[in-house]
Amino acid sequence: MDIDLITQVLFAAIKTGTPLLFIALGEAICEKTGVLNLGQEGMMLMGAVVGFMAAYGTGNAGFGLLGAMIIGMVMSLIFGFLVLHLGANQVATGLALTIFGTGLSAFIGSGVVGQTITGFQPLSIPVLSDIPVLGKVLFSHDVMVYIAVFLAIIIAFVANKTRLGLTIKAVGENPNAANAIGIKVLRVRYLAVMFGGAMAGLGGAYMSLVYTPMWVENMTAGRGWIALALVVFASWRIGNIVLGAYLFGLASIMHLVLQGMGWSISPNLLAMLPYVATIIVMVIISADKYKEKLLAPRSLGKPFDPRQMA
Amino acid sequence: MSETLKNQSSSPRLELLNITKQYPGCLANDQICMRLMPGEIHALLGENGAGKSTLVKTIYGVVAPDSGQILWDGHEVEIKSPSKARDLGIGMVFQHFSLFETLTVAQNIELCLSRSQLHSIGDLAERIRDLSATYGLNVDPDRFVHSLSIGERQRVEIMRCLVQSVKLLILDEPTSVLTPQEVAGLFTVLRKLSSEGCSILFISHKLHEVTEICHNATILRGGKFVGDCQPANETPATIAKMMVGDLAEQDAGYEKAFGENIVFTAKNLSLAAKHPFGTTLKQINFELYKGEILGIAGVAGNGQEELMSIISGEDSRTLKNTLILDGRDIGTQSAGLRRRNGLAYVPEERLGRGAVPEMSLSENTLLTHSRGFVQSGLVNWKAVKEYAKSLISQYSVKCHGEFSEAKSLSGGNLQKFIMGREIGQNPKVLICAHPTWGVDVGAALAIHQALLQLRDQGAAILLISEDIDELFLLADRMAAVCDGHLSPVVRAEETSIDQIGQWMAGTFINESEQQEALA
Repeated sequence: MDIDLITQVLFAAIKTGTPLLFIALGEAICEKTGVLNLGQEGMMLMGAVVGFMAAYGTGNAGFGLLGAMIIGMVMSLIFGFLVLHLGANQVATGLALTIFGTGLSAFIGSGVVGQTITGFQPLSIPVLSDIPVLGKVLFSHDVMVYIAVFLAIIIAFVANKTRLGLTIKAVGENPNAANAIGIKVLRVRYLAVMFGGAMAGLGGAYMSLVYTPMWVENMTAGRGWIALALVVFASWRIGNIVLGAYLFGLASIMHLVLQGMGWSISPNLLAMLPYVATIIVMVIISADKYKEKLLAPRSLGKPFDPRQMA
Repeated sequence: MSETLKNQSSSPRLELLNITKQYPGCLANDQICMRLMPGEIHALLGENGAGKSTLVKTIYGVVAPDSGQILWDGHEVEIKSPSKARDLGIGMVFQHFSLFETLTVAQNIELCLSRSQLHSIGDLAERIRDLSATYGLNVDPDRFVHSLSIGERQRVEIMRCLVQSVKLLILDEPTSVLTPQEVAGLFTVLRKLSSEGCSILFISHKLHEVTEICHNATILRGGKFVGDCQPANETPATIAKMMVGDLAEQDAGYEKAFGENIVFTAKNLSLAAKHPFGTTLKQINFELYKGEILGIAGVAGNGQEELMSIISGEDSRTLKNTLILDGRDIGTQSAGLRRRNGLAYVPEERLGRGAVPEMSLSENTLLTHSRGFVQSGLVNWKAVKEYAKSLISQYSVKCHGEFSEAKSLSGGNLQKFIMGREIGQNPKVLICAHPTWGVDVGAALAIHQALLQLRDQGAAILLISEDIDELFLLADRMAAVCDGHLSPVVRAEETSIDQIGQWMAGTFINESEQQEALA
């Protein structure tokens, strides 16, 4: 491989990993508070279609992002109401949200299939983008890539260094104890679920506004599920999530590159590469089972009802 | 002995007037009045379900009363939330600790403080070390809570209250999880706090502790106030009488028995902990004789759980030549096969392990009793129901019938049922954990009788409990566990609470290591 190809592959890897990063970050925070939202794929598709339509209608990609975040939050609020307020089963409700979002996005997006918009243009950072190879790989992306990295840093800081981070961890570990010391458990969980929704919306919008950019039914192709797996394999650690997302991006690109280089492996097998590679690497990283048990939110998926506190 | 209370003349710190709380189907608190002076150590007594927990949760703002008034330093207050309670200066140490295991001690304490409190404290870790030294609490702010023993965790909870300059400290059964030595340490802290003017509300089942440390006591029964007293002027028996209404059989004392034939042996049982909160078992050796009760004392989390699950087969790791039941190596057998070979098991956790909460009592019977009720793969439901009914009447289990869901029973009644179910298998060996934990006096007596009867029929019973009084009452031979080690096994009459208490704290580990070094 020559240096140009390597540059292009790495550049594309970061781009491909970015939507995954958005969703996984949102879901990580959500799960840290003890709520498992399997509706990522549905929220993401809704974010993609609404983001695309808003950008198409207004001609401004910024409105697309806004619309995607809002619809993501609305979807997550439906989920939140059902599981937090009514105490519904988180797994079943999350699955329903995905099915609902998949269908609804196909329905409302049918009118804009095949339309094109101008998405975000690459934003070369002066000076830095002139560095050979690295400049192209790291510093000549669209604004969303930078936002994703920036958010990851902020989230890692909040989760590990602030009282808010402590509160989130406390609620996810032992909601009854958190309630007993006066933390508003349901409020924290609602906010985390909504944050997850907004991030899933952004992830979807990245697909329809930047990555392709257009709307096709079911265009997220299971990325919501990969993000869910990524969060677990990364043991809820933000650094690992960033690594895993870009790794997935790299493996996705590699499968195209390898096909282009004429490898005589079934393309179907090659298409498995990103999923297999990401999971293997994450499993190796998280191999210390002893330590991992301390990282998992202990009350993940368990409902909390303050009225039952007797 | 109880100290006399100074500054009797000052105004009350806390006054409860006609507190009432109704839960669906149960009047938890009925017009309860209580008064606490500054510096007073006040006991709140009653059987399970008497309404003690509801009352203290009302004071701490976790439960909102339906009616009644709370006066704090003479002013009426509405305590809507725990943070409001903490603002007033009320701190609480819960029975089931409200600590976060994956956080450090300092982080746990920080979560309870408001921003302004945190600001005024400055360096929290420093403050924790200071208070730790002042009160002899020995709490290290940088350690993770999951690495602390139960006693240490309780001290963290107390520290959490001290950091906030507490004026009223509520302790919900604080001594039930401590070794006798740790209890003495706790009482020193409480006396010091009391002498500084902090009021203490102390919930306990252990009456000799109440007579030792409390100035006054309020007694509840069935959600109602039934009387108060000065424990120093009472005996445990007279207080117990007020609690249960009639004179409870206190420490009746049972005949001790000794067997001669070994029925079960654990040889060099060592096992690595399965998870970070677990305990590694180290070289455990003991024998069980037919017709005896072997009591194992120990503070929770010292390997009891691991020991029980490896013997019962719940922990599916296999061990060769380690667990011998009636001459047969059961270490490689599944839990079901061990049961068929004569092992029965009453786990600590009634709902979820002793019984499936959503299943009826007859279905729960079938779970451990499949033989005789299943023919060619078909369940003979009629026989199962008849059998469940007979257990219900034999052990006077209060429930609607054999169709009742396990979760609808109170803890004590479910325990009687599970105990009956296991005894009904005519086991050679019964492993039994905390048989009367959270069970009222009457039910506890019935459970004791059932255990003794089983013993007298020739079964061996391994009794694991944190209640040292109960162990001395029932066990024929005793030992203690500490950090996965088992102490020497001795006859119950030949040892003392003090000796077992020291073993619970691990003194035997050094002794045996020294002996090994000498040999």
